[in-house]
Amino acid sequence: MKPNFEQYKDIPGTTIYTIELARKGFQLNEFCMSLRTEANRKRFHADERTYLDEWDMSEEQKQAVLDRDFQRMLDLGGNVYFLSKIFAAEGLSYVQAVSTMTDMTAEEYQAMMLAGGRSPDGWRSKKERGEA
Amino acid sequence: MAKIVAGITTSHVPAVGHAVDSGRTQDDYWKPMFAGYEFSKQWVKDNPADVDIIVYNDHASYFGMDIMPTFAMGIAEKYEICDEGYGPRPIPVVEGHPELSTHLAASLILDDFDMTVLNKLDVDHGLTVPMSLMYGQPDKWPTKVIPLPVNVVMNPQPSGERCLSLGKAIREAVANFDGDLKVRIWGTGGMSHQIQGARAGLINEPWDKKFLDDLVNDPETLQYKPHLEYMIEAGSEGVELIMWLIMRGALGEKVDEVYRFYHIPASNTAVGHLILIPQD
Repeated sequence: MKPNFEQYKDIPGTTIYTIELARKGFQLNEFCMSLRTEANRKRFHADERTYLDEWDMSEEQKQAVLDRDFQRMLDLGGNVYFLSKIFAAEGLSYVQAVSTMTDMTAEEYQAMMLAGGRSPDGWRSKKERGEA
Repeated sequence: MAKIVAGITTSHVPAVGHAVDSGRTQDDYWKPMFAGYEFSKQWVKDNPADVDIIVYNDHASYFGMDIMPTFAMGIAEKYEICDEGYGPRPIPVVEGHPELSTHLAASLILDDFDMTVLNKLDVDHGLTVPMSLMYGQPDKWPTKVIPLPVNVVMNPQPSGERCLSLGKAIREAVANFDGDLKVRIWGTGGMSHQIQGARAGLINEPWDKKFLDDLVNDPETLQYKPHLEYMIEAGSEGVELIMWLIMRGALGEKVDEVYRFYHIPASNTAVGHLILIPQD
């Protein structure tokens, strides 16, 4: 069966982590995996730039990590489960980190979740939203 | 012979593990969710099993992108707990069942399911949070566990048809094991949730509830639901629900529903939980 990755691109505000994107983000995600040990977390936090330079990542990827720009990291091939190693190491929850990718504050986002979450209505298609 | 005696599905949210480990299950935020598992904790005590086959996904905790198996099976004697960025959860090591798992892995490969065989595996919240929900905080887990990791992180994930068929093959393989064992199978993950992008926080209660109904009563139709629909209707991470089809396939044609629970939210996620028993 021929893969059809294009079909995922119409979902608004969503980056589907495809095998193609995984190739692009391999070194970024490898860096994230390295934060599974306390020794590496300490080294990273002591000097982020030096630690990042040990990885064969693009400058854009490194800058996105330094900026903690999670959406940018997704665009550059990162996957949220890998990126979670960055925010978990800083004591942030998924709710706190994930909310930074939305147009809400962490408090507003948490309130939305308590009220039942984000309805899919209006969020099914970029075409429907006039974004495509 | 060994027999599959029950199926369990549950979400596997990491924050639920934190709540257990830090003694916050009775906080206002968590109390209603944990209350929904009280019945189940008692039920698994009253209906003990020897082995739990736990279908779950690793969350970049053990597998990176250097190796990404589509379907894998642990055949080890024990599984250590992953460090997911904040140190390993303070829970007992997970003990395996090498005899049954080697039999299952071999049977499935001979049945054309090309399983990746894992003699070493550390397990993350995808497997351990469901165990905490069902078993609480014991000094030693009450059952042996066979981990069955599935790639649901990288697209393409295996199809729904393949997942349901794998479950059917597991049912057959368990029945062919020479040993008197009661086996349960767990499908974990889901329900609707999206933890990335501007659309994060998506929850779809009507869709989730229909999924629960169809999983119980009409898995033969449910298996054809395209992954695109999971992503649009249940969020980019809602596609984890294909793992529940593996559980369902292992229970045979008809099941009795013992228990159902649904709750919003746990962190970013809609929590769904079922206990099913095969009719034959």
